[in-house]
Parts: sequence; structure tokens; C-alpha cells
Amino acid sequence: MMEKFLQYTISGMSQGSLYTMVALGIVLIYRSNRVLNFAQGDMATAGTFAAMALLGMNLYFWMSSLFALFVGAAIAVLFYFCVLIPAQRRDATHLGQIMLTLGIGLIIQGLILRFGSVEPQTFPFPISDTKVYEFGNVVVSQLSLGTLIFNLVASIGFYLLVQKTKLGLAMRATSENLQAAQTLGIPTRRILALSWGLAAMLGVLGGCFWPRPCCWIHFLCSNRFSRDLPRPSWEGSTACPGRLSAACFWGWPNRWPAVIFLSHSRTLWRFW
Amino acid sequence: MDLIESYREELKLVRKPWSKAWVAVMIAAALLMPLYLSPHMIYLATLIAIFSIGVLGQNLLIGYTGQISFGQAGFLAIGAFTFGHLSGWGVPWPLCALAAGLVAAVFGILIGIPSLRLKGPYLAIVTMGFGVAVYQILVNVPLLSGGRMGMTVARLEPLFGMTRINSAFYLNLIICLLFILLTYNIVSSYMGRAFIAIRDNDIAAEVLGVNLTRYKLMAFAISSFYVGVQGGLYAQLLGYLEANMFTWMETIAFLVAVIVGGLAMINGSIMGAAFVILVPHIFSAYKELVPVVFGIFIIVILIFEPQGLAGRIFKIRLYFRNWPFR
Repeated sequence: MMEKFLQYTISGMSQGSLYTMVALGIVLIYRSNRVLNFAQGDMATAGTFAAMALLGMNLYFWMSSLFALFVGAAIAVLFYFCVLIPAQRRDATHLGQIMLTLGIGLIIQGLILRFGSVEPQTFPFPISDTKVYEFGNVVVSQLSLGTLIFNLVASIGFYLLVQKTKLGLAMRATSENLQAAQTLGIPTRRILALSWGLAAMLGVLGGCFWPRPCCWIHFLCSNRFSRDLPRPSWEGSTACPGRLSAACFWGWPNRWPAVIFLSHSRTLWRFW
Repeated sequence: MDLIESYREELKLVRKPWSKAWVAVMIAAALLMPLYLSPHMIYLATLIAIFSIGVLGQNLLIGYTGQISFGQAGFLAIGAFTFGHLSGWGVPWPLCALAAGLVAAVFGILIGIPSLRLKGPYLAIVTMGFGVAVYQILVNVPLLSGGRMGMTVARLEPLFGMTRINSAFYLNLIICLLFILLTYNIVSSYMGRAFIAIRDNDIAAEVLGVNLTRYKLMAFAISSFYVGVQGGLYAQLLGYLEANMFTWMETIAFLVAVIVGGLAMINGSIMGAAFVILVPHIFSAYKELVPVVFGIFIIVILIFEPQGLAGRIFKIRLYFRNWPFR
């Protein structure tokens, strides 16, 4: 039982780290803009589809992924400048701004349906999910380990960016008090746009790793990512390490239904 | 816009003679719809009437009380399946519809309890969790939802020799009008003013003697009651229910209707309901692009008219009233 517990914990943490990426993006936007971004999953899916389109043109994986990051960021920044700012200038309500994110989410979903595919598609990935490493009695696939390490490094990088750089300081100042930050000469609009771009990049990072464990990706992945929405409130919306650990923990129950299924009804657990 | 000289005058539903004429013309046009519209259009009008009830409730909660709720699909499902089960046991449909509203209202009170402590996005997420939980429970418990086969619901029998769809249209139109009147009454009453006070500043409202616990829970209960009744009438119109009809998209439709129609505007709720029903219908030839069209409409309306369609109509009326002096 202990081995199974460890096994599920590690693979759950690996999967949870993907959620971390998307959740960090949601928290970043919420903290800086006070807008709950319902399109985070859609932006991540759009970026992942862009990567897949480039892979179809026989580009290197790293090149495609890098391009996907910029596609995701570009969508988010364009949304901020072309949609959110004009709406804010016209005194859009808080709920109205949330609805705008829903609107862009619907547009992305529709475009993926039209130009992507309704059918699930395989996503080529350089790390194998069949090659495994044994740590005692616990078996970890190369993919799980790679996902966990990569996302951990990305999260730590994000943490250092926010906490230890001047840019991060400007981001924190903008999120704490917009007017005071403007008074102090911080280009708040650019900082907020950067927050949107960075958040979308984090989402795309998670998105690029996501398809492989499922062996497919299609437009409904955005719904899958959207399940991240409850996470920021559960994890608290300020402490980065807290979010990271909590989201990793969140992945743990994703694995547990299989165990529960053996002895109990899976009904309640499928909610996860 | 209007000079109101007494409280009695403020309570009047329609104040100006011209407004009365307009309202009479619109009600007459609605009642005569079966004479000049095809059965399919009557079906759409019936859907709009049913959907308007739920959107009115949602507007009471979001627009008037300022409480964000993302769990409307859950209340809708609860109302619809309550109606389905009760009608299956032979209970007359008016009682089924009432029970659908009441059961949804009970759940509304339960979900409203967190609203006493939570605000804004946090409340939105809690209510969203409720919507997801109801959907998952229905999907996984065939006893409640009929499983993959779904559940057949007794449809309305034709009334007074009319066709089935015309009977459904008139019935739902009358119920919708009753709910509109009820909403106007709620908004004009102490309760409505308490809701608005909570929305504007809950601490100030409490200081002035508004019982926050009671009125917040009441807002949730009334809103859920509306949505529950809508669910029941919807089930009766379709004659069939399954869990997949009550997904997250259904909640989005409610929100879109409220925002696009206009927050805290009763006529806006009806416009919003019409928008949500008609846009997918008009663009049904480009089925894949319906979400895109929907999203573009949401963005354009929210950018260029944050007060929604009702706000735009209000501005147009104001313009013509003052024309040619602006």
C-alpha cells in the first residue's frame, strides 16, 4: 500500500505541476489586474496548437515550443491592449471584464474547432513515457520526471523573476497599488501587459506538456485547464511557494480515483 | 430622466401615457405572434420567454444585489430534474414547476451561506464549484438523471384546441409576464432597495439596518427559485432531459444574457435572453463558428456599451426625447 501511495504521489505531483503552470498564470493576472481570467485554458490550448502546427512542418520541438510561448503571449497581450483597456476606459464593471475573458475564450475555442480539429490528435514529444526509472519499488517514467523537473525549474525561475528582479518589484508594486506605482514612474500599462503575456506563457508551458500524458490534444483541453480556476483561491493568492506545493498536491487526487475505484464508488472522486 | 413627485408615482410600473401605449402594443404583438410567425419562430419565442425567467432571477442576484454566481447551471438542472421526477409520478405540472423552484431555492440558500463570508471572485469560484458538482453528480448517478438514456418528461397537452407549440408559447409567455411583474415589485419594494444597498456598500447597508444575512440569502433563494422554475418549464417544453444539457456553457449563457442585456435592468434581462437564444440560431449555418460569433458579440457590446443593450436603448430614447437639442 505504501508503494502505491508513493507511486501515485509522484505521478500526481508530476501531473499537478502542469496545473501549477496554468494556476500561476491565473494568479498572476488576478493579482495584477484583479480580473479572473477564464480564457487562461484557451490561451494555453491555442499556444499548444500553434506548437503542433509547427511540428507538422517538421520544425524542431524546442523551436515550436518557443514559438508557441510567443503565440500564447501575443494573444494575451493583444487581448489586454485591444479589448481590456478600451473596456476599462468605458468603465466596464468587474463582472464585465470577467465576461470579456469568457468572450475571448469562446473565440479561441471556436477558432480551434474551425482550424484545428474536433478529433483528438497525437502530439509528438521528445521525452518517452514508456522509458522508466526505478527508485526502490517506485517506478517513474521519463516523462513524469521530465515534466516535474521542467515545471519545477520554470516555477522557481518565475519565483526568482517576481521576487528578486527589478521587473518583479515593479510587478509587485503595480499589483499592490496601481496609482502609487504610476506616481513612482513605473510604466504600469507595460507591466500589466507583461503580466498577461507571462501568464499566457506559463499556461502554454503547461499546455505543451499536457498532451503527452493523454496522448492527445483537442479543443476540449481548454476545459480541462479551466478546472484550474478554483485553485488560486484554495492555494491563497499571494505566496508563490504555497501555490506551487498546493498545485502539486492537487495533482495527487487525480491519480487516486483509480485506487478508490477498487473499493468505493468513483462518483465523488471524479469531481477532481 | 423623469420628474417623480411622489412615492406613489415612483411605484407606478408605467408612468407616461406614451409608455403605456408602447407596452400595450408590445404585449399585443407578443400575443398575436402565432398569427404571423412560423411554428419554429414561435418555438424560439417560447424558449426566450422561458430563458427570460432565469435571467431575471440572475439579474436580481448579480445586477441588483451584486453577488456573483457561476452556479446557475446547477440550479437549472435541479429545477429541471425535480420537475421531471415529479411529473413522472403524476403530479400536476403547476405543482411540479412550483416544486422545481422551491427545491432550487433551498439549494440557493445553502449556496448563499458562503456569500456571507466571501466576495467577488472567491464567491464566483464557490458557486462555480456547486455547478460543476451538480453536473458531476447527475452524470454519475443514473437514479437522479436517467443515466445515458436521459429522462423523458411529460410535455404540455394542447390547450383550448390550439397546437401544442402555441399552447406552450402562451403558457410560458404568461408565466414570463408574471415573473416580470414580480421582479418589478421586488425591485420597488423594501427588499429591492435592501438588495441595491447591499450591492452599493454592504457595510453601509448593515449600519442603516439592513439584515445582511437575511437579504443576501433571500437574493440567492429568489434567484434560484426563478432559475428552478425556468428549468422545470424548459424540461416540459423539450420533453426530455439529460445531464449533459446542464454544463458550464449553460452558466456562461446566463452570464452573457445578464451582461449583454444590462445589469440591474429588467427589460435588459429579456433582451439578453433573446440575444443568447437568437445568436446561435441566426449563425447556425456556420455551426463551428457560433462560439466565435458569440465571443465577438460579447466583446463588442461590452466595449462599446458596458450598460448593455438596455443601456443603449435608454440612451437612444434620451437622444430622441431631447432631439434636436442635445
